[in-house]
Amino acid sequence: MKLWQRYRGLILPVIAVAAIALWPVITGKPADRESAFTILKAVALATSLNILLGYTGYVSFGHIVFYGFGGYVGIFLLSEHGWSLYSSMLAGGIASGILAFLLGKAILHLRGGYFALATIGINEAMKAFINNFDLFGGSTGITLHFSIYKLYGGAAQALQTAFYVSIGLAFFAVLLSYMVRTSKFGLGLLAIRENEDAAEVMGVFAPNAKTWAYVLSAIIPGMIGVLFFFKNGNVEPHDAFPLHASIELLVMVMLGGQGTVLGPILGAFAYQGMRGYLVTSDFFKDIQLSVSGALLLLIVLFIPAGAVGWLRQRSALLRRILA
Amino acid sequence: MQQINLLLLSLPDGILLGFVYGLAAMGLTLIWGVMNVINLSHGPIIALGMFGTFFIFSRLGLNPYVGLIPVAIIGLLLGILIYIMAVHRIINAPHLSSLLATFAVNMIIIGLSTAALTTSPYNVDFSLSSIQLGKITLLGTRLAAALVAILFAGGLYLFLYKTRPGKFIRAVANNRAAAELMGIPSTKILALSFGLGTMLASVSGALIATFFPFNILSGGSYELKSFVIGVLGGLGNPIGALFGGLILGVLEGIIPAFLEASWVPVIEFGLFVVIILVRPTGLFGAKK
Repeated sequence: MKLWQRYRGLILPVIAVAAIALWPVITGKPADRESAFTILKAVALATSLNILLGYTGYVSFGHIVFYGFGGYVGIFLLSEHGWSLYSSMLAGGIASGILAFLLGKAILHLRGGYFALATIGINEAMKAFINNFDLFGGSTGITLHFSIYKLYGGAAQALQTAFYVSIGLAFFAVLLSYMVRTSKFGLGLLAIRENEDAAEVMGVFAPNAKTWAYVLSAIIPGMIGVLFFFKNGNVEPHDAFPLHASIELLVMVMLGGQGTVLGPILGAFAYQGMRGYLVTSDFFKDIQLSVSGALLLLIVLFIPAGAVGWLRQRSALLRRILA
Repeated sequence: MQQINLLLLSLPDGILLGFVYGLAAMGLTLIWGVMNVINLSHGPIIALGMFGTFFIFSRLGLNPYVGLIPVAIIGLLLGILIYIMAVHRIINAPHLSSLLATFAVNMIIIGLSTAALTTSPYNVDFSLSSIQLGKITLLGTRLAAALVAILFAGGLYLFLYKTRPGKFIRAVANNRAAAELMGIPSTKILALSFGLGTMLASVSGALIATFFPFNILSGGSYELKSFVIGVLGGLGNPIGALFGGLILGVLEGIIPAFLEASWVPVIEFGLFVVIILVRPTGLFGAKK
């Protein structure tokens, strides 16, 4: 088999991410770069959520807890211990992974609605705890000293660097998602999604598989968190654990198509693009939330498989191209 | 001594508030018990109840407790409408669908209300005289709210156990397919249950508005409290929810006497996660 045929499920996702990354490079406008950063961040987060939600079938309403927790750990090391951005990001990702491992051991035996409720509880408990945790600055959080950006060639250059790093993270997330999807491990996850008891009978050791899926889905949000709060200059509990952001990620995954590699990318792009349009449009800006809500409702009710899932159901050719 | 004084000050308040929290949670847990749907539009409906009191009292000049009647009726009808539009199609789908559908309703309500009412705080300038028992002061509005909450809880109990539609609701909660075979119109009963759940939410919101300032986003924190209470009392067990509310109210009354008030949510949500892990059926048993 030719190389491109073996990896043809990866072609469109890579093209899609590359297109988003190239867009500000071509136009050269800082405003476009910021939009592209937001979209790439959403792509990476939604793709990572998809590993748990789409492949394993567990609905997490607290995915953002890893973003906030990893972000806090990384920014703490960056600000108080002088670590570099890259090692802080790595530390943030690992910290989130460890948190997911421990949480996963505890809560992944819950099914359906109970798991969803537990993830909400964990997000809120973590937010309330960090709010009181003096090492991380309590309710005021941590503000980076301006001199830190000098190491990265000043604040303007640091924004540019953050953008390049976000491209790398988005590609990393997509690649990870693809590798999980096409591996034997991923096949086990899909079996758990369809029927956990049957999967166990067929030899999938569900508790371990679920925990590793949870860990894999948590690492990227931890790294993104560090990058975002580095760029932002400060981190506080309210920004780090917004419950509604978790739900926005669910919307993106649903919109594009859960359980596919391309779906979350398209979903993140479409959702952020639509939000950007609605917020700035004169007519919709006051009710943009309602318009998004109505759209979400229509998708949930009529196209539950999402855009990519719907296309995959149309023809065998599309099933081969769209992974 | 100082702590005991503080406790005497905050504990009665907490207990009375607990009944109102319990009422809100009862609505959530009723819907869960009947149709296994976690209603994520619970918070905005509580907030709409708050605005119900605001418009009835501040604009129309009616007594807020008389105003509970229209608020309850509108809450009921709104719930039936939400059920028909958003929930009915996906009632048998996986959890994600119903969670997202009710969250979509949440977004629609918040979006429209923000455009109409903004997110600035509102206040209902209403007060009743307070009752003094030794060192304990009971605020009139809170006492009345607790009484109304108990009244509604009792009413719900009588409805579920003594009337025909109530028995239908319990039958559908128990086994929908079997209930249908017995000739119970399950769609109507599901819509009615959803409506009752939102009715309780809107009434609790209307009561909360008589003592706290609020805006359209205020419902969110009461929705989270309802989750905690629902799990404490056992999801699907409306009477357990009332006790769960009391526990939460007592916690909110006790903790500030010993720790900073900002630790309250840490303990609440910590307890929530622990209960869900150790005893997911809640302290008083989930629906059988």
